[in-house]
Amino acid sequence: MLTELSAVELAAKLRSREVSATEVAQAQLNRIAELDANLGAFLHVSPENVLEEAANAQKLLDSGEGGALTGVPIALKDNMCTLGLPTTCASKILENYIPPYDATVVGRLREQGLVLLGKTNMDEFAMGGSTEKSAYRSCHNPWDLTCAPGGSSGGSAVAVAGSLAPLSLGSDTGGSIRQPASLCGIVGFKPTYGRVSRYGLVAFSSSLDQIGPFGRSVEDVAAISDVISGYDHHDSTSLPNAGMDNSGLKDGTLKGKRFALPKELFGSGIEPGVLSVIHETIDLLKKEGVEFTEVSVPSIAQAVTIYYIIAPAEASSNLARFDGVRYGPRIEGDGHIGSAAKTRGELFGHEVKARIMIGTYALSAGYFDAYYLRAQQVRAVMAQDFEKIFAEFDAVFSPTSPAVAFKLGALDSDPMALKMLDLCTIPANMGGFPAISLNAGLSGGLPVGLQLMGPVMGDENLLQLAYSVERAMPAATVRPRL
Amino acid sequence: MAISFDEVQHVARLARLELSNSELLIFQSELNALLGHFSDLNEIDVTGILPKPHAVSMHNVWADDIAEVGLTREYALRNAPRSRAGLFVVPTIIEE
Amino acid sequence: MFCRCEVAFGGEPNTRVCPVCLGLPGALPVPNKKAIEFVLRTALALNCKIAMRSVFHRKNYFYPDLPKGFQVSQYGETNPLGYHGFLDVPNAEGGIKRIGIRRIHLEEDTGKLMHLPSGGSGVDYNRAGVPLMEVVTDFPPDINTPDEAREYMVQLRQILLYLGVCDGKMEEGSMRCEPNISIRLEGAEELGTKTELKNLNSFRSVQLGIQFETRRQIAVLESGGKVAQETRGWNDATETSFAMRLKESENDYRYFEDPDLIPMEFTEEYIESLRATLPELPLAKYRRYMADYGMTTKEAGVLTGDKHWAGFFEQGVALGADPKLFSNWMNSELAKYLNETGQVIHADLADDHHALSKITPNHLLGLIVLIQDGTISGKTAKDIFREMLVSGDQASGILAKSNLTQISDDEQIKAWCKEVIQNNPDPVAKYKSGVINVIGFLVGQVMKQSQGRANAQLVQELMKAELENA
Repeated sequence: MLTELSAVELAAKLRSREVSATEVAQAQLNRIAELDANLGAFLHVSPENVLEEAANAQKLLDSGEGGALTGVPIALKDNMCTLGLPTTCASKILENYIPPYDATVVGRLREQGLVLLGKTNMDEFAMGGSTEKSAYRSCHNPWDLTCAPGGSSGGSAVAVAGSLAPLSLGSDTGGSIRQPASLCGIVGFKPTYGRVSRYGLVAFSSSLDQIGPFGRSVEDVAAISDVISGYDHHDSTSLPNAGMDNSGLKDGTLKGKRFALPKELFGSGIEPGVLSVIHETIDLLKKEGVEFTEVSVPSIAQAVTIYYIIAPAEASSNLARFDGVRYGPRIEGDGHIGSAAKTRGELFGHEVKARIMIGTYALSAGYFDAYYLRAQQVRAVMAQDFEKIFAEFDAVFSPTSPAVAFKLGALDSDPMALKMLDLCTIPANMGGFPAISLNAGLSGGLPVGLQLMGPVMGDENLLQLAYSVERAMPAATVRPRL
Repeated sequence: MAISFDEVQHVARLARLELSNSELLIFQSELNALLGHFSDLNEIDVTGILPKPHAVSMHNVWADDIAEVGLTREYALRNAPRSRAGLFVVPTIIEE
Repeated sequence: MFCRCEVAFGGEPNTRVCPVCLGLPGALPVPNKKAIEFVLRTALALNCKIAMRSVFHRKNYFYPDLPKGFQVSQYGETNPLGYHGFLDVPNAEGGIKRIGIRRIHLEEDTGKLMHLPSGGSGVDYNRAGVPLMEVVTDFPPDINTPDEAREYMVQLRQILLYLGVCDGKMEEGSMRCEPNISIRLEGAEELGTKTELKNLNSFRSVQLGIQFETRRQIAVLESGGKVAQETRGWNDATETSFAMRLKESENDYRYFEDPDLIPMEFTEEYIESLRATLPELPLAKYRRYMADYGMTTKEAGVLTGDKHWAGFFEQGVALGADPKLFSNWMNSELAKYLNETGQVIHADLADDHHALSKITPNHLLGLIVLIQDGTISGKTAKDIFREMLVSGDQASGILAKSNLTQISDDEQIKAWCKEVIQNNPDPVAKYKSGVINVIGFLVGQVMKQSQGRANAQLVQELMKAELENA
């Protein structure tokens, strides 16, 4: 079945003319039509556009100008600007917004002839860990439709986990790619900060946001990473040697590799079911020759706190542009101040407003030093702590999420619990480190993700390790039954 | 450090968010819960540590002074809720 | 500043915009290197300390002309590109007053809010994102009178033009002045509440505005009232200020380092290389001209008023011209002609209304050389000059084509002298009787005969000789 093939397999079949780009695209469109009403992965799909792009991709293939993934469909989180296609960030304040420009990443995909399948569901403005904060529709975990898929890139994760798309892109600010990958049993990768351009990614927290891929295999994720990474002169935070080359993906070995286990990520905050699966994986990997060493990173205890100061602070500023003047609906109020306040008050969801409030507070006079500045100092300590670990170890190994997929609505009354789900993933964003989540197995029938984190610019090595780990784990490629 | 109702109102004003009284009360309690959690911020010693506002350590990222064509006016105004005579129409400016 | 949209004055609204300066979701800033260099050079020229490590901050507030809901600027005491400098300004008594410069920082401009004829307001974002260099004078203020404020602005503008970082056109908004004015009660230590004055479009407005504001504040205090801390607009037509909005002391800008912008770090070598590009500044040049060329304050002032004028002069001197002669010709004939025709002497000054003059320092030098070696007379020189302005030909060329050479032929002049003596018996008799001045008239007659071409000095000599023999 076309929709079960990996991106790399599809690309090969497309190149060998075994299938056409239109067939591949149509297969995905059919599956979306069949299943997405219950999954809620997509916010916008425009079949005419998709088929047009498939036809164009076919031209590239026919003329021999195709690249590694030409003709392969890909879904994009709805916070990436797509010229001519809606980009709402799952918010009412951007209802019907159609960007007049493509994000750099989108440009790269188009250039390579990938087929943009549609825009996926997410927590509003990427603020959340369950995609329950989408202002448009609910999003359901393919492993159990009554469960959340995680967030904020839930839609992109579900699209890949449910085989609605072989590849998708999400964004990760405190775990928003890795955590839903973990809850949906697929691979989710957050590259080193600065390796994928943020130009055209609607900003949530500028110093933490990074675009990254979802796939059903490390090989797929590595292949798309080569396409989307690269220096962009439109993004000041883009690294000069950003482009990735994962051609050596399969050349690695696990023998003699040293993984650090931060004890703070193996403690009481982690569900026993998750720990059990992770420990099994550790045993498995030890047999492959990996050396595990327990380390202690005390700053991890502050991870959630500093994340919930820094990210909202930056977001409160990034979201100030939504005032109903240049884009989005406007609700008229008393003069320009009243209109802006009414528009924002009514069209931002509750979670977004809460984060704007805490962010504004943390930056305000009298509190700046105690909260924002101090959080950035703790961030520095955390980054330093991990850099020291990377000097001695090949990777940091831990669960991706302290919990498996939870029932939709289960955490409504405990917002703190929802925030604590980011514990394992936040440090990577704080230091700009690359990190990847793979499926380690099931606990109670639901996927458990394991996370590997590497040093800055160590993406290719990390993916190589991830590939080897994936090969050693039979559970990695288990699929949900839909 | 608890946040008072007045402070919550002030923050909402700074952030240009029109909120009902009941919303303000909800936010007050949510913010207080968060702030309570933030007390662990002081558990770590940060003497002499420079803040880290960026994930990358680079300096001097600049562009040359070469003009490029941007958006046509049509594209610029396309998503505007209201426009007229090539301008973005805004509600009356009432000075604070 | 952070996008690559063209900067220009005027034009149709919203035609020089892009995702970045419109503040579209997802857009990101990349700073303009040249703008940074302009500010650094200005900071060096104004004797500032340079922040070897400098960052941008976000100043967060809401206004329809502010597309991102924050303005990228620079906060802090020692973070702005330049800080703790000064500008020495001539004072009324002929000395100088040092005006302290607290900071010079880089930020971006906002869009322009306009009232629509049918009511309501509209925004044009063409101007949003244009680089702004803000020069802030020290506090407590060194500027104490409207005249001092004006003089400071004049000197500052001159330096900016010399540096080539700004065209100083207040009427086009490329240079703005926003004075903060307060009154201090006699004998009191504390300064009064300050108001900020905006919309001053000329030096004259700056002076009048400060004067008006001062009087207004005094009147308020004298009537028992309190000066409100506010921003006031200036109405040039009525020459009065009006309340605009309460100064947002309530507004908490929540400055924090912009996470989308990378810190700037400068090496000593880089700063010194910029310092090397600084031209000789107006005050130094002015003093040098007086010392080296013996010029008067007026002459030196006129020559250094505009850097291109001084440049023209210096080129001429470098080519070997006599400084005094050259500057005289510049400040009289050349200046007069340029004024009449609207022409300018440097490409930088040329535009649709001001054509570039054909006269180069070389042209003027060529003319002066001909005067100095006696080939032409002063009067002839003026004729040639007028021709030069129109044709752009060199003086020697014009001379060759005409018959304007100075006549220094002894025989010819002697002949004319004899003729004049013959035709003017009475003056000759007067001369012989001891009225020596009459020779002037007789020489004049020879000059007339020669159509001004005779070498006046030679005529004088030969006339004297002929009169002896007459």
